[in-house]
Amino acid sequence: MSVETTTRAKLRWGLLDVIVVVFALIPVLWIASLSFKTPATLADGKFWPREWTLDNYRTIFDTSQFVRALVNSIGIALIATLIAVVLGAMAAYAISRLDFPGKKLLVGVSLLIAMFPQVSLVSPLFEIERQLGLFDTWPGLILPYITFALPLAIYTLSAFFKQIPWDLEKAAKMDGATQGQAFRRVIAPLAAPGLFTTAILVFIFCWNDFLFAITLTSTERARTVPVALSFFTGESQFEDPTGAICAAAVVITIPIILFVLFFQRRIVSGLTSGAVKG
Amino acid sequence: MSINATPAGADVAADAEQGSGRHAAVPAQRSNRRTKKTPLSENKRAERKLGWLLCAPAALVMVLVTAYPIIYSVWLSLQRFDLRFPDQREFIGLENYVTVLSNQFWWTAFGVTMLITVVTVAIELVLGMGLALIMHRTLVGRGIVRTAALIPYGIVTVVAAFSWKYAWTPGTGYLANLLDGSAPLTERASSLAIIMLAEIWKTTPFMALLLMAGLALVPEDLLKAASTDGATSWQRFTKVMLPVMKPAILVALLFRTLDAFRVFDNIFVLTAGSNETSSVSMLAYNNLIRGLNLGIGSTMSVLIFITVAIIAFVFVKLFGTAAPGSDDGERR
Repeated sequence: MSVETTTRAKLRWGLLDVIVVVFALIPVLWIASLSFKTPATLADGKFWPREWTLDNYRTIFDTSQFVRALVNSIGIALIATLIAVVLGAMAAYAISRLDFPGKKLLVGVSLLIAMFPQVSLVSPLFEIERQLGLFDTWPGLILPYITFALPLAIYTLSAFFKQIPWDLEKAAKMDGATQGQAFRRVIAPLAAPGLFTTAILVFIFCWNDFLFAITLTSTERARTVPVALSFFTGESQFEDPTGAICAAAVVITIPIILFVLFFQRRIVSGLTSGAVKG
Repeated sequence: MSINATPAGADVAADAEQGSGRHAAVPAQRSNRRTKKTPLSENKRAERKLGWLLCAPAALVMVLVTAYPIIYSVWLSLQRFDLRFPDQREFIGLENYVTVLSNQFWWTAFGVTMLITVVTVAIELVLGMGLALIMHRTLVGRGIVRTAALIPYGIVTVVAAFSWKYAWTPGTGYLANLLDGSAPLTERASSLAIIMLAEIWKTTPFMALLLMAGLALVPEDLLKAASTDGATSWQRFTKVMLPVMKPAILVALLFRTLDAFRVFDNIFVLTAGSNETSSVSMLAYNNLIRGLNLGIGSTMSVLIFITVAIIAFVFVKLFGTAAPGSDDGERR
């Protein structure tokens, strides 16, 4: 494209860029704007608040309903991410480095799971978890999250692992390290950026889930924020929960915005390498 | 940028630009693997064992949490099993399937799901291609565009759904007020349109990222050559870029189609399925949680599973998508 690096072309691209950015940001700005509006101006239909207030945020952090859900969301997503990345890294290492029968099968199985309709699991998991006492608990949600995050983790990580200079591993083995030691001492540190990227993607997936969270929980014990949001009602039936919902929505959007701002490059490379393969 | 080729795409690109470092590494690795295939030595056996050991936990979790429940689901679907009347539980064969498949609500939901899937995926493909070109080619502010595009991808679907809901609520919303006081979320056609809008906004960036990976495989030289030969930019797009990108496009289409078919969050928040806007997922949810009918709920689970399997099968057979993820090109 270097042929037409003219001012005009630049302007044209710039215009397209602006359209994309505006289109992507408007819904986010809108819900943020609503969260800062006072009850009196909430329904004025203006895009920007005329009077700003933090009351909505005070309200939600005063209710145990939201705080508990936030703790659940963070705890469940972090634990699920940690386990999924560890298990995924083990499998991805084997897939990208070792020769063993059944490798294709594993890749095939994870592909099938990536395509699996999650809603099909809702009824049986509901019944199984009720019988096992996992219903409405953290592990009850962590388990399906790990399962559906694993294909993503395995694909992304094997893509990353394939780019690592494996001669170093050979060198380590020549120096007397076992395959396991070579993995822990040499390859793991090199793989850290890939692991981190994968962790972000998996975390976003867990943080986002609504279907499992709403079907496999019934109380504040394990209910995550997206579900709590959909159940928010005002203090009394005359109070409109809109402001509180928007404030809570903004709070759970903050981590996503931070990830995107700081790790845009990583997320893009993680998604394009892993996802296309998968 | 570390972009990996799709199996088929890698070959096309490798043919076109031989000697590019990344692709040159692939054959080397392959021959390396081949020479390893000697009779089982002690080392070899240890490698196998380690491979199995490392994969076992992941494989175990994936199979236990999906295969077992889906089989259990088939078993449940053959029973009359309503949690409100547990003592009436009995084996009734295919009766649940007859009930569901002769039910008008099921077919309405099925139609809605299909409509949403086809329309959103088609629009996303076009918009996603545009966005991919912008993200890949733009001369100014590439980082900003990519960052902005990732926000819809990352944001919690429920949050985005609430944003759209309030935007279209009469009085409150900036969009609703453009429409002289009607309430679009109380009518079927406009509700469906808003659901699709919300879906498209949320998932176009994902489609674009998948397509961008394909775009990165298009050899720059080829485009320049076509340009020198007098090809218009449209011809360059259809004759040069699209053929190279075909594998990436098919993978993106397959994944988005299956994903769109699961539509749930947006409908739950935007309409809760009122005015016949339920998707099959909404219906299954309602039968389970509101109706507590495990038999019927499981029947729907199985039917949705079969439908998704058929869609995936058709994609792979019809378009010969070299089954995405058919590993790293070792097939040939």
